[in-house]
Order: sequence, then C-alpha cells, then structure tokens
Amino acid sequence: MEVRVSGVRKEFDRFPALHDVSLDINSGELIALLGPSGSGKTTLLRLIAGLETPTDGKVFFGDEDASLKSVQERNVGFVFQHYALFRHMTVIDNVGFGLKVRPGANRPSKEEIRRRSSELLDFVQLSGLEKRYPAQLSGGQRQRVALARAMAIEPRVLLLDEPFGALDAKVRKELRRWLREIHDKTQHTTVFVTHDQDEALELADRVVVMSQGKIEQVGTPDEVYDRPNSPFVYSFIGESSSLDVSIQSGTIHLGDKALDLKSEQADGKGVLYFRPHDVELLGGSEARISGVVIASRRVGATRRVELEIDGTESRVEIEIPADHPAKVGSPLAFLPKHWRVFGKSA
Amino acid sequence: MTPFRFKRPSIIPGFGMTLGFTLAYLALIVLIPLAGLVWRSAALGWEGFFNVAIDPRTVNAMKISFGTSFIAALVNVVFGVIVAWVLVRYRFPGRRIIDAIVDLPFALPTAVAGIALTALYAKNGWIGKWLEPLGIKVAFTPLGIVIALIFIGLPFVVRTVQPVMEEIRKEVEEAAATLGATRFQTITRVLLPGLQPAILTGFALAFARAVGEYGSVIFIAGNLPYVSEIAPLLIVIRLEEFDYAGATAIATIMLSISFLMLLVINLIQAWSRRRYGYGT
Repeated sequence: MEVRVSGVRKEFDRFPALHDVSLDINSGELIALLGPSGSGKTTLLRLIAGLETPTDGKVFFGDEDASLKSVQERNVGFVFQHYALFRHMTVIDNVGFGLKVRPGANRPSKEEIRRRSSELLDFVQLSGLEKRYPAQLSGGQRQRVALARAMAIEPRVLLLDEPFGALDAKVRKELRRWLREIHDKTQHTTVFVTHDQDEALELADRVVVMSQGKIEQVGTPDEVYDRPNSPFVYSFIGESSSLDVSIQSGTIHLGDKALDLKSEQADGKGVLYFRPHDVELLGGSEARISGVVIASRRVGATRRVELEIDGTESRVEIEIPADHPAKVGSPLAFLPKHWRVFGKSA
Repeated sequence: MTPFRFKRPSIIPGFGMTLGFTLAYLALIVLIPLAGLVWRSAALGWEGFFNVAIDPRTVNAMKISFGTSFIAALVNVVFGVIVAWVLVRYRFPGRRIIDAIVDLPFALPTAVAGIALTALYAKNGWIGKWLEPLGIKVAFTPLGIVIALIFIGLPFVVRTVQPVMEEIRKEVEEAAATLGATRFQTITRVLLPGLQPAILTGFALAFARAVGEYGSVIFIAGNLPYVSEIAPLLIVIRLEEFDYAGATAIATIMLSISFLMLLVINLIQAWSRRRYGYGT
C-alpha cells in the first residue's frame, strides 16, 4: 500500500510540531524516519496511524483519503517503543486480539484465530511461548510479540515507533537484522522511527532525515550519507568537519588563500563541509587547507588528528593513516575529496 | 531449592527481629482480643452457641449485615471505578477538591454521616420528600443501610483503583485502537481486566468496612428487628442486656463469616495476580 503524506502541519497547543510535511512512501518499502528528539518524527508516524489528527493537510493510503478515517478503520499495524502488550493476556491472546475484536461478519472463527496466531508466533520465532504472559518474557521477545500482534490484522502499513529503543545493544542488532528478514519475506510497507543513524542506514530502503518539524532530506542510505543536502544532514549523519570559507569568482577561499576547489555558487561567505575520512593528504601548503597538528588520537585502524588552520583559530578534524608520521606540532596539508559549501545563513 | 534456614547471610538483615516483632504485635493487637472473644462465647457450650446461631433474630441480622454490605460494595465498585477514572484521566478545574472530598468519609465521624443521611432521606428530608411520592422509602429501611454503607465504603474503592489506573500507559489503549478495537471493547477487554486485582482489593476493603460499620447505620436503619437490624447493633443490644456470652457468640459468627469471605477474595486475588503475571 502506498502512503502519501501531503502538506501536513501539526500544532500542539499552538506549538508547531510539524511544518508542512509531504512524503511519498512506495508500496513494499522499508522507510526510516530519522532525526533527533523533537524533530517531529514520532508525530509524523502517529499522524499516519491516525493517533493524531493533522492541523492541516492530508494522509492518503493509495488513492483513498485516510485523514477522514479513525484509527480503527485505518487498519495499520503499530508497534510501540515500550511494547504496549496487554499484560493480562497470554502471548497468543495478545496476537489474536486484533482478530477477536473484529465485528461479527469479518471475524474469523476461534480455531482460525488460534491457528493464525500460532502461525505468526512461529514466524517471529516464539513458538512454545503461547501460554506465557508478557511479564514472563524478555524485552526482545516482547517486541516480537508486539510485531506479531500488529501483523495479525493484515495491516495496510506497518508503523514502528523506535521499536528497538528500549532494548540493549546486542538484542537491538539481532532484531534489526531479523526485522529486515521479516520485511523481505512479507513485503509490508513499513515505516519506522529511530534516532539511531546506524539503524536507519543499515535497515531502510530510504531514509527520511527530519529536524525541527521539517524533512531535511529523503534518499537512499547512500544518498543521504554521500550527498547530504544541508548542513544539518551533514553533521547529523556520519561525521563531518566544517570550515568557514568564502567564494570569490567560482573559487573557494580560505581566508585570503584560494583553494584548489571550485564552486559554482554565487560569491559570498559559506561553510565548507566534508567527511574527516574523505580527504587527500598533499604536500606544500599552496592552494591546500594547511595547518599544524595540535592533537592526535588513534581510532581503530586510522589516526584522527586535529589541525589548527594556518592564519586562523579554527580547528578541523581529519583522519590520516595510522602509520603517517605526523606528530603534534608538525604541519599538514590536505584537500577534501568530496565536499559541499553551504551559504552562510545570516 | 535450598532448604529453609532461619539464619543466613542476607543483604537485607533483620529478618528474625522484624518477624518476631510482627508476630508479637499481631498477637497483642489482633489475635489475643479475638481469642478472648471466642473464649468468652465458648461459655455457652456447643448447644447454647448453636441456639444463638439459629435464632431467627441473629440469622436475620446476619443476612441484613452481609447482604447490605455486599450490595453496597458492589455499588461502590461500579461508581468508585468511574470516580477514579474521572480523577485519573481528566484535568478540570476543581479536580483536586473532588479528589479531597473522596476522602471525607474516612475522616468524618460516622455518626455524623448517619445523622446527615437520615435528615436527607427522611420523609420530610430534601431527597426523601421527592422519593416518598414514588413509593420509595429510604430512611428506616434496608435501603437506608445500603446508602449509609455506600457512603463509608466509597474511598476504599477509589483509593485502591486510582494508583493502578494511573499506571496504565496511554499506549496500551492506543495499541488496542490500532488493532481495531472500539472504545467499548478497549474498556471491557483491555482496561478493566487489567484493573481486576485492584478492583477486587477495593471491593474486599469496602465490604469489610461495611460489615463492621455501626455508627452511621443505626441512625438511618430504624433498627427494626428482623427487618433493618444489623448484626453489630444486635451485639450491642445483647451487651446492654448483660448477655455477654450471647454477644460474643454473634461476634464469633460474624468473625468467621468475614474471615472466610476475605480468605476467598484473597485467593481469587492471588490467582488473578499470578495469571496476569504481576508476581513474576
């Protein structure tokens, strides 16, 4: 099921949580809403589910306007960060709940509900735990029950709100891989919210990066990582270094020095962004970013150095090979291989 | 499983001492007086005791006491849960005042409540004069007893259910809604079953309190033997007749019935707690 969010705005007591957000989600896609807390990602998810009503704008499921429908009618599978299982029901009753509350005509028979519930439990690898109560399960198991419960209603779209947020790192990684497998098998259109970029990049077909109630960028993990389109995305996803620069007739200048970097942007002040590991060390200092090493740390297979740029007080971090001879106090010059300049706002 | 040893190293020491204190205290405050009661009634002998027990006046007083208490506790469960719901779920001006008013029956001398209720529900009272033409008599009937017992039992239900209700996460209701449950289904299948242990506790407390209630009831009940005479009153009457053995015999019977009922309620609770995984 395609989901289309069109011009949605949401205010809570006059406080805007989402400004005019539009997003097209393709059928069968696994899409991540990624952003820091307060970026509106959960609000967007809840709007799609119908747990919140938009102040403005519409949500479409396929060609149908879902904004007019209640949560119950939307038929979405929602998984909560803290599981939200029914504690007085056994695991199998939790899974079957969505089928049991259907109105008479659509409700499968008791045996059918039982059969489908245990099939789903089998699918989420929890067979044998049918008779347990949620309190008797581990966090990872509970979240699997929650997912099975959400899938039992044959939802048109699966929505997961920080599904792994309450789990420890190891279980989180396991479940991440497992969720991908589940998605590949079932092909449910799935939207999940996370603030963990690794999770989003590893798991999703496309990533929606959000900040302060706006969508900053939508793209495949490669696109948002390799070609961030805003300073926010550059600094939020992966590591980045930045330098104040100016553009003069198509060339980027660092202070008075023209760098060997061309830009088609209009003249003016800007900020140069690049990845610390994506640089080329070069001899000399002409047309290069040059500076003096003031700190050096070994990080895994590489060495990370902090440079104080000549003639300024600004500092940047770059990565150099671990066997590079540069020490604290020695000069170093480089140019980023990939970079972007963003005009300075104000 | 390791065999139980009384003394073993523990990070919460003091088990022996506190258990000893608990037992001594319970014996002093609860068990010894109750044993005295049973001892006193034993003076009647089996036959005498049996005669008191099957005396129609005693039987009727018991029926009235336990019957009205049961009905009052049931009514309190229904309305107490609603009051707790309103206090927990909604924010409105005056909520704190209502919250405080719930506790009034705890604090008020029950005789005052009895007098106030009687004045309200008597034939010429504010409420009684509207009920009178409808043929409903409240004051000086078992119905009056029920109303007095509802009054004193309300806070027990509200105060036991309220904190558990506060713990219910909004997500549980939202989860039910996304799964297609209507509001009614969410309440009856998700919320109420989750509250069941707390509701049972509230019921047991309100019921126990009502069985022992004396002060408010004697004003409104009219105290007609066989009709609106409660067991605690009958005990007082026997005492006034210097029939101490008779009084303690009735007390012993009440005690046994109450104990049995509370035990059953406790067992149901333990069962539902285990079922809902609270203890694990």
